[in-house]
Amino acid sequence: MRAFHVKHFDVIVVGGGHAGAEAAAAAARMGANTALISLRKDGIGVMSCNPAIGGLGKGHLVREIDAMDGIMGRAADRGGIQFRLLNRRKGPAVQGPRAQADRKLYRQAIQDFLAQEPNLTVIEGEVVALRVQGGKVTGVDLAGDIALDAAAVVLTAGTFLNGVLHFGDQRRPGGRVGDDPSIKLAEQLAGLALERGRLKTGTPPRLDGRTINWDVLEQQPGDDEPVVFSFLNAAPEARQIACGITHTNAQTHDIVRANLDRSAMYGGHIEGVGPRYCPSIEDKVVRFADKTSHQVFLEPEGLDDPLVYPNGISTSLPVEVQEAYVRTIVGLEQVKITTPGYAIEYDYFDPRALDQTLQLRTLPRLFFAGQINGTTGYEEAAAQGMVAGLNAAALALGRPPITFGRSDSYIGVMIDDLTSRGVTEPYRMFTSRAEYRLTLRADNADQRLTPKGVEAGCVRETRRIAFEAKAEQMALAQAQLAATGFTSRELAAVGLHVSQDGARKSALQVMAFPDVEEQHIAALVPSFMDFDPVVRSQVARDALYAQYLHRQQDEASALKREEAAEIPPEFDYSALHGLSNELTAKLERRRPANMAQAGRIEGMTPAALTLILAHLRKARREAVAR
Amino acid sequence: MDTIFALASARGKAGVAVVRLSGPVSHAAVARFCAVPPLRRAILRRLIWQNEVLDDALVLLFGAGASFTGEDSAELQLHGSTAVVSAVLRALSQIDGLRMAEPGEFTRRALENGCLDLTQVEGLADLIDAETESQRKQAQRVLSGALGQRVEGWRRDLLRAAALIEATIDFADEDVPVDVTPEVSGLVSGLLASLRQEIAGARAAERIRDGFEVAIVGAPNVGKSTLLNALAGREAAITSDIAGTTRDVIEVRMDLEGLAVTLLDTAGLRDSSDQIERIGIERAIARAGAADLRVFLLSHAGEAPMMQPLPEDIVLVGKSDTLASQEGAISGKTGAGLDALIAAISSRLAGRAASAGLLIRERQRIALERSITALESVQTALDRSTYLPELVAAELRSAMRALEALVGRIDVESLLDEIFSSFCIGK
Repeated sequence: MRAFHVKHFDVIVVGGGHAGAEAAAAAARMGANTALISLRKDGIGVMSCNPAIGGLGKGHLVREIDAMDGIMGRAADRGGIQFRLLNRRKGPAVQGPRAQADRKLYRQAIQDFLAQEPNLTVIEGEVVALRVQGGKVTGVDLAGDIALDAAAVVLTAGTFLNGVLHFGDQRRPGGRVGDDPSIKLAEQLAGLALERGRLKTGTPPRLDGRTINWDVLEQQPGDDEPVVFSFLNAAPEARQIACGITHTNAQTHDIVRANLDRSAMYGGHIEGVGPRYCPSIEDKVVRFADKTSHQVFLEPEGLDDPLVYPNGISTSLPVEVQEAYVRTIVGLEQVKITTPGYAIEYDYFDPRALDQTLQLRTLPRLFFAGQINGTTGYEEAAAQGMVAGLNAAALALGRPPITFGRSDSYIGVMIDDLTSRGVTEPYRMFTSRAEYRLTLRADNADQRLTPKGVEAGCVRETRRIAFEAKAEQMALAQAQLAATGFTSRELAAVGLHVSQDGARKSALQVMAFPDVEEQHIAALVPSFMDFDPVVRSQVARDALYAQYLHRQQDEASALKREEAAEIPPEFDYSALHGLSNELTAKLERRRPANMAQAGRIEGMTPAALTLILAHLRKARREAVAR
Repeated sequence: MDTIFALASARGKAGVAVVRLSGPVSHAAVARFCAVPPLRRAILRRLIWQNEVLDDALVLLFGAGASFTGEDSAELQLHGSTAVVSAVLRALSQIDGLRMAEPGEFTRRALENGCLDLTQVEGLADLIDAETESQRKQAQRVLSGALGQRVEGWRRDLLRAAALIEATIDFADEDVPVDVTPEVSGLVSGLLASLRQEIAGARAAERIRDGFEVAIVGAPNVGKSTLLNALAGREAAITSDIAGTTRDVIEVRMDLEGLAVTLLDTAGLRDSSDQIERIGIERAIARAGAADLRVFLLSHAGEAPMMQPLPEDIVLVGKSDTLASQEGAISGKTGAGLDALIAAISSRLAGRAASAGLLIRERQRIALERSITALESVQTALDRSTYLPELVAAELRSAMRALEALVGRIDVESLLDEIFSSFCIGK
């Protein structure tokens, strides 16, 4: 064994992107002696794509990370320069906090938070190989003959795996612009014989904001009352700015259409599958041919940075075509492109090879998180990083695993989707993926997860105390509101007209009715107004969905029942004669852990589920008979 | 895998009794009794066991993959004598690798081998339970998977509606149609209409399954019990000349021109001071009111009955044997007018049976009603000028879950419990 400098850690995290940073922070919070290895220290926390955090579904993930005392939410609050609560006019269950972030401020915040972790060492270096002994990962080798031992390793290799960049018909290997791909490590991973797939993603050209004619553009300001991410924060820290909005036009589309054969995506240079929900400008022009205009958001990359990210026109056309089409857009007639847009292709490993803690089933003590699992987005990456980091630490410290379920969090929804369904396109979170959406809200992430985090040991005192105080106040307020029942006449007296079914209603029940304002509640229960506004509005949001809670709990317990019907890993699907070959092959590949997972495999039929269950019961009967 | 056998036809004396075998050694087992015939050809064979002739039987073999259970299987069609059947079963039980089937085991094997899906299994249970021709037809329709197909169509519409709502939620900032309300509304009204129609048919379908109730009502001593006995062909109710002989409700189940019918003989309706008789009369009125059809017997033409006949009800004068005019009258004693009454009852019930839907189980009807309730909430919300789309989405989702439960897509475990508990041996 060639190991000149051997150092020992509990947990090693490879990669300093969003997954890596969150994984390292989580493992360190758990009390594990943690190393974060990144090619460049100053690259940690870099936003390599658009300069924004949060959104629908994604904002939920950030809140959940924060509820477990993670760092993404607090970093976004520090770096955020334009906050908008999406779906403000819809109900709180589908509202998602989002912020434009100053790249430098955000990166600095992440690096600061990591520097504050006493159990964390940041190491600059290139991981050339995993150390494997007795079928388990025991550490990593760094370039320069340095060996690091660890009880668990979290790999967050991002898009570096066999990454290829495409600028039109030009291509070169690389992760993101300016970085070297980790080819050697990729070769070792290839040796693990994991199933892999190829995905692609695109970026728009970056623009010099000083060459944009802002005067002719529509402005999109942030919210008057910004909603921040962290439950520990009340307001943004940085100066707030507006974004610009412009549109593509027929001329733009003509240029794109005329040069489609020179696009990496359409010229046949790319084999990877791209996301349907974030199409390139080439995609938009081809697939939505009848639309003559598409929205483009001009997002400043920082307060003192002239760079602008034009959200909505990612592309893999040659540089000169990019220049031509961008300049057809209103406000961008004179614009200078600082970095051209490009497409990137990369490998991901089929996440169905992972268990619920994101540990590789076939190579224990190795965890995967982030884009390597086929996801896209900073938030998805960070959430996985946190799960992997927490569990790598739990494994190293001999504590029980920390798992998330579909009924407790978006994190649980994502982990279950990835590990039981796998991905067919870059996986992104949506609120519609969460069947218990009314209870899994961004606003109650702390109520759902902070107690779990406290129990797991990853929540610090400051947050625990703040959370418990809020929870106590909420319970008190709810008790006061529930204490008194009002007749429909009494309700009418304060301006609330409800059906006269004769039943008295408490103020808490009244809160679920449409058009009920805080003033009405104040008139019924004046002491309610003595509570903190944060507590008051949270009580109101909980009350709004109270009648659906019961139903979702019923459904959740049905789900738990199906999750309890476990399918043994050695289950012989080929012995089920009624299954189609296609379904048998799918089941054998995926090996669903239980009936709930089996039911979510696409193409699954009721008859097939019944068959599996019938066989499970038969096996159980035979086991009993023996 | 064991090879199982059981008597597949009803117990007791019958024209033919069928013993069924299924499993890997079923063909070999038959070979112990006789020369095995080629697959799928019924051949008359003499069954001999330990040098004794058991019976002359029709022997029929099915190969794996082309049989009811999906396994190698065989049928022995014996003479329906209890002695013959028990001799054959005794012989089979002496063969190594063979055992008596558990309740529902043949069907379970069919299910496990993928020869049936869940609704088909339920349909099959009903087919076996079918007492009448119309029950058989109905079960056959479910067995053919018609219900599954219909639900699939509804699910597609629901998915479309849900997808539209979800798009406005998850892609609020992007280029999606802002107002999806009209299309969602249209889909939901269409769904509601066809689900309600199915429910309406469900009542008749349940009746085909469980039988229509026909009550005979009238004043005391107009010949109700005698009529019931005449219709049933046996002495089910005690008859006498003493008014008020029938106090409780007497039920007789019968096949009336292919429809399962339960005839109810009720206490005569009159003002009575006898407390027990009064309870009987109250019960009679309640049961008669809930029945599908009432046959009123009057003591004389023009009598005003104690309860009001509904439009389809049949009104006759009883004891026609004692009357001068036979017009509109009937006699259980002589049988006069009996055929006409049977024709009248069955034509009315047949009309209702014709509207029967595919939902023949309570479980299925409840699932559909839950779906309807959820869709009604959707409709109410959409009719308001503003609504919370996440609540509409939640209702659409529960409508979908209800339909999925209908075809066994979810909560399969409890569904199977219900199905398997309703089976008995040899099916």
